[in-house]
Amino acid sequence: MLTYTLPRLGFLLLTVVVTSLLVFVIAQVLPGDVCRVILGREAGAARVAACRLDLRLDDPAPVRYLRWLADFARGDWGDSYASGVPIRPLVLERLRMSLMLAGITFAVAVPLAVALGVLAAVNRGNWLDNLISLGSLAVVGLPEFVTGILLIELVAFRVPGLPASSSIAVGTPFREALPALALPALTATLVLLAYIARLTRAGVVEELKQNYVRTAELKGLPRLTVLVKHVLRNALLPTITVVAISAGWLVSGLVVIENVFNYPGLGRLLVFAIDRRDLPVLQAIVMLSVVAFALANLAADLLYAALNPRIRVGE
Amino acid sequence: MTPLNDPLLDIRDLTVSYRTGGRALDALRGVSLRVARGQTYGLVGESGSGKSTLALAVMQYLPAEGAVTGGAITFDGRDLLAHSRADLRHLWGRELALVPQDPFTALNPALRIGEQLAEGLRLYEGLNEEEGNARAVDLLRTVRLPDPERAAGSYPHQLSGGQQQRVLIALALSGRPKLLVLDEPTTALDVTTEAAVLDLVAGLTRAAGASALYVTHNLGVVAGRTERVAVLYASELVEDAPTADLFRQPLHPYTRGLLDSLPRPGQRKDRQRLSGIEGRIPPLDALPPGCVFEPRCPLAVDRCRSERPALDEPVPGRHVRCHRWPEILAGDVSAARAPQAALPLPLATGESVLRLDDVTVQYPLRRTAVEALRGESKKAVHAVGGVSLSVNKGRTLGIVGESGSGKTSLARAIVGLVDRTGGDIDLLGLRLPPRLSDRGRAVLAQLQMVFQNPEEALNPYLTVGESLSRPLVTLLNLGRGEARQRAPDLLEAVRLPRTYAARRPAQLSGGEKQRVAIARAFAAHPDLLVADEPVSSLDVSVQANILNLLNDLQREHDSTTVFISHDIAVVAYLSDEVAVMYLGGLMETGPAAALFRPPHHPYTEALLSAIPVPDPAAIQSAIRLEGEVPSAVNVPSGCPFHTRCPRKIGAVCETETPPWQTGTDGKRIFCHIPLSELAAEQAGGGEKWEE
Repeated sequence: MLTYTLPRLGFLLLTVVVTSLLVFVIAQVLPGDVCRVILGREAGAARVAACRLDLRLDDPAPVRYLRWLADFARGDWGDSYASGVPIRPLVLERLRMSLMLAGITFAVAVPLAVALGVLAAVNRGNWLDNLISLGSLAVVGLPEFVTGILLIELVAFRVPGLPASSSIAVGTPFREALPALALPALTATLVLLAYIARLTRAGVVEELKQNYVRTAELKGLPRLTVLVKHVLRNALLPTITVVAISAGWLVSGLVVIENVFNYPGLGRLLVFAIDRRDLPVLQAIVMLSVVAFALANLAADLLYAALNPRIRVGE
Repeated sequence: MTPLNDPLLDIRDLTVSYRTGGRALDALRGVSLRVARGQTYGLVGESGSGKSTLALAVMQYLPAEGAVTGGAITFDGRDLLAHSRADLRHLWGRELALVPQDPFTALNPALRIGEQLAEGLRLYEGLNEEEGNARAVDLLRTVRLPDPERAAGSYPHQLSGGQQQRVLIALALSGRPKLLVLDEPTTALDVTTEAAVLDLVAGLTRAAGASALYVTHNLGVVAGRTERVAVLYASELVEDAPTADLFRQPLHPYTRGLLDSLPRPGQRKDRQRLSGIEGRIPPLDALPPGCVFEPRCPLAVDRCRSERPALDEPVPGRHVRCHRWPEILAGDVSAARAPQAALPLPLATGESVLRLDDVTVQYPLRRTAVEALRGESKKAVHAVGGVSLSVNKGRTLGIVGESGSGKTSLARAIVGLVDRTGGDIDLLGLRLPPRLSDRGRAVLAQLQMVFQNPEEALNPYLTVGESLSRPLVTLLNLGRGEARQRAPDLLEAVRLPRTYAARRPAQLSGGEKQRVAIARAFAAHPDLLVADEPVSSLDVSVQANILNLLNDLQREHDSTTVFISHDIAVVAYLSDEVAVMYLGGLMETGPAAALFRPPHHPYTEALLSAIPVPDPAAIQSAIRLEGEVPSAVNVPSGCPFHTRCPRKIGAVCETETPPWQTGTDGKRIFCHIPLSELAAEQAGGGEKWEE
């Protein structure tokens, strides 16, 4: 197991370092002078020069990269260009908000999607399978801003207690935030649901054809035991990878949904930072997303190995 | 009450149909069969005969598109067809059990072996967790798995195929069923493993008083192990008889054909041709109107073409579906073909075509990062270790060995598909570079190969004619147009219709595809043909025809052959010289004519003893190998066979490399035991092979 985990940990570190380099390079090649952005168009050349000196923008790029990386790793993420506040608490607060939304979506979407996929697979060919397959196909074709607006139209204006706008204060406790979380979570769920359900269905259909299922059935085991103990273990292996990638997406990729619902998560902050050319904030958010994705992938790899003895136990 | 008045399994007039593309095709038509309590029954048929459908119908586990459309199956006095799925779950495992064909896929890869056994035991006997696990280990011990405790804690991929098959047998026996259905239980296994597993099943079913239905394509497998045999052909039961009677006097021409297709031990190509069955099994949607076997039958008369024969009972207890059984029974006609004497062997010129000198093939293993950090040295799979051989012009060298013996790696090293890591290979006196890409066009033309699986050897998108014309263009520098015109000639040379040039591989049967592959190999008149298991994926009736063809073409082209197979009977029939390989090294070499005469290398002896002989009266010495073939990463020191050798004499076998001893008849044996001693101990077993 150690031989399996160690290289993957190394790979995770490498991913983070390479992306940090990419993020830095992209931030460098963006047109426009940072100090102009901070100080505004009318600022005199002397003030701009002072600002550049202050931010040490004239150092060679590799030096600035290493300094940024070292600072970032130490937890000193700098101050926002736009508002001047320290970035770390700002971003971490928003991360907490994003995690709340991601958590509730994950907890609803994954079990529901797997259940629907299994249901469709064991009923393959009949009306229930067709209903689930058609329904998920219809939903997967809709972009999330359409689903979101439709939900606002169809649900928020009809069900009391579910607000159309989720713009709550950053730092609202989970329990109080629940009503505001409902619709964005539902939108994200619909996006994920179809994808995971179809994948699960395909996995289960494939496994049901395997010879070991016949062996298990001909042992006389109850149908449910065959399905849960024998089939699902193997059928869910490909699903795990996709679920893990979705987890990464849920934490930092809900840009559109957060904007449709005005929900104060990382995605909203990201758009805000792009608007203001707030590069340090942008860099911090992108780095966090990368770490979230990389951790989700590592979790997927480890879970995959844990469920698959061919990897866990060698020859 | 006699056992047959109260049979355990009574199949009456059973018809099973598969629905495909809106049509219903009968995979079984009016099959009747009765298995008495405690009886072992053999069910023999080639691919497409419906034998696996019958096995699944008995289990009531037909695929969704299959259904019983006629007849009845009564099991232990109960109407099986009336059972619901829920009722069947109470029969499965407890009364009816299946040992499936392919052990590699029949166990759940994600569950430990012990649990896969224990979950059934808990269900059948109401055991708790601990008792279930203990009984699982007991069962694994019963099927003679080495170190049953460890096996119980293992996952399927940690066991070999033979061990997995033993687990499946343990599984099938765990509910103490009344009937065991074995669907080709040993087809995926090596010959020595097959023999051991079959003996085990026979012993265990006898001890448990259970009935067994052996489904197999191999008549040799059922010969010594069943009381009765039924033969299926093209969805119909064509013959059913007590095993001894069936083998002594088959009444159906198809049964006779099957029996004659197998080379008898001692039969040699220079004395007698094999007699296969011409043609191929008819597809289910184009069955002949009369007798289903008529198109291939040497005894067919007009009546056979128009009238479907009934299943008659010529002798009490024997059934046959043939219009001409009265004449066959009386001995007036016989489906056995008059033994055809083969052409005399060409005079050996003594000119060496292929010479191998100390050839080794190793596949390096990747070290993991952790192993590299620990400073472990690089390991390799020692597939072939120092093999020296030579073949003279016009001769056939047979290389025999089981999986993992290195025979395929050796073949690939000769052809250049893998790089040899050491040693020299000379073709017609010229040193061959290891790599195929370093060899010239001329060498490619001189040295051709026929592969094991004809299904994968032909490009499915090319017509047969296109496949055949390619070597003519690339190796003989013919123009495309001329090459196209020559393709039908090549088909004719392998006894296929010229019109096949326009067909695609999917329209051919397995045997026909292999003929095309052989035609392609001979297109450029090679000096040396390397044939790697060319008949092992074919039905026995087809196998004989392909072997005859290889033999004929070799004479016509005056070429030389290296013939590789796991089947020692086939190798002995077709070869002039035989080399026996084990774990990458040679154990024995010598003239094929002397192969069946002692002294034998102990491994050769085990291979000979494992041949399934289609004769219930044959008394075979039961040499059974224990244990598993060791890993080729750590080849045992001294004699590589010492870990499994039934004749091991002591520590010398473990520490000292055995000497090559040369016998009087040109045999060379790699063993510490003096040849005279080997000959004396093996004397009893040898004579039965001689005609």
